[in-house]
Amino acid sequence: MVNELTKGIFKENPIFIIMLGLCPTLAVSTQVVNALGMGAGVIFVLLGSNIFISLLKDFIPEKVRIPAYIVIIASFVTVVDLVMQAFAPSVSKNLGVFVKLIVVNCIILGRAEAFASKRSLSESLLDAVGMGIGFTLGLLLISLIREVFGSGTITLFPFGGFDGVIRIPGLATQPARVLALSSGALLIMGYLKAFFNWMELRREEARRWPAVPLAAPAKSETASSSARSAS
Amino acid sequence: MTYVGIIITFVFINNFILTQFLGLCPFIGVSRKTDSAVGMGFAVIFVMSLAALATWAVYRLILVPLNVAYLQTISFILIIAALVQLVEMVIQKISPPLYRALGIYLPLITTNCAVLGIALIAVRSDYAAMESFVAGIAAGLGFLLAIVVMSNLRERMDREWVPKPFRGVPIAFVTAGLMALAFMAFDKALLKNLLG
Repeated sequence: MVNELTKGIFKENPIFIIMLGLCPTLAVSTQVVNALGMGAGVIFVLLGSNIFISLLKDFIPEKVRIPAYIVIIASFVTVVDLVMQAFAPSVSKNLGVFVKLIVVNCIILGRAEAFASKRSLSESLLDAVGMGIGFTLGLLLISLIREVFGSGTITLFPFGGFDGVIRIPGLATQPARVLALSSGALLIMGYLKAFFNWMELRREEARRWPAVPLAAPAKSETASSSARSAS
Repeated sequence: MTYVGIIITFVFINNFILTQFLGLCPFIGVSRKTDSAVGMGFAVIFVMSLAALATWAVYRLILVPLNVAYLQTISFILIIAALVQLVEMVIQKISPPLYRALGIYLPLITTNCAVLGIALIAVRSDYAAMESFVAGIAAGLGFLLAIVVMSNLRERMDREWVPKPFRGVPIAFVTAGLMALAFMAFDKALLKNLLG
């Protein structure tokens, strides 16, 4: 059961491993606050649609299931869009057309088709939360890199006397501006994906050749070197 | 804005893939071979221009008079899904060779965010019917341009040595990033210089 929750965060991270929902990921990752807003919207829509589809799976005829899913998803997206316009107008303005485009975010339809239409309500719920958090974390990672190095700031919500923008000394005056531009998003995505591939390759290598025979001589070497230094 | 202005804007300045990040999934997924990239590109032009026109009609003639503009997301996605289905059936009847060339790409287009994107952007920019249609064609042309250039680059890259973790998708992203950097040369000043 816990596995349903955690797999979306690491093992099947929607952005870096199964690579779904890339368009909004790259477009809204210019500021941390946008990433948080987008993540919240996606989690809400994912939860709503997974719950509804899991409940209605026995009533929806097989042939029209995709249009039915799309209508359910679009209804939740409309709710998110209207709520965001009312309570977070600045975030809604930054995200622009991408709030409405959550409808065609492949993560949501993908989870509906691959998971919620087959599993029980509780499992779909956990799957939605896990996938949503995984998506938000991936988005946060990209937007942190882009905003910190691209503009030298971290933009959060303003509260009290704090205007919501953390300026990083040194970087704020001379940022690597290319990272804040559209090409920076594509470059960062490529390098991050390569990094995750590299980690996966290393893990595979470790599985194929267990580290025991390698570790043993290394240990004796350090032992002998320490013995040498002692003498 | 004039039609020429709209075309230049959507093909070069606001290229859907490289500056707006709309339609990245097919851009990465179908850009391995030039043949399929060309097929996908034309299918997208076709659907996008029709979708822009159809959603304009529904928005201006049905949603706005009835005062239910907030239903645009739901109605647009249904229109696009129905339109793709219709286009598929019509092409299958009228021109089997064209269907064989484009057929497999059409179902994929329903969830292509570029199509819903152009519908929403056209409504947001208050385009008239003809302007929406031209914007749809232009955005599709921009998609075709980006995906064909990308597939050419990827075909060449297949013959080169690439570090193992970068093989496949990551190097495609890095390449797209460099392409986007090149497209930065096209900005609003270009439009001003050309059209005065």
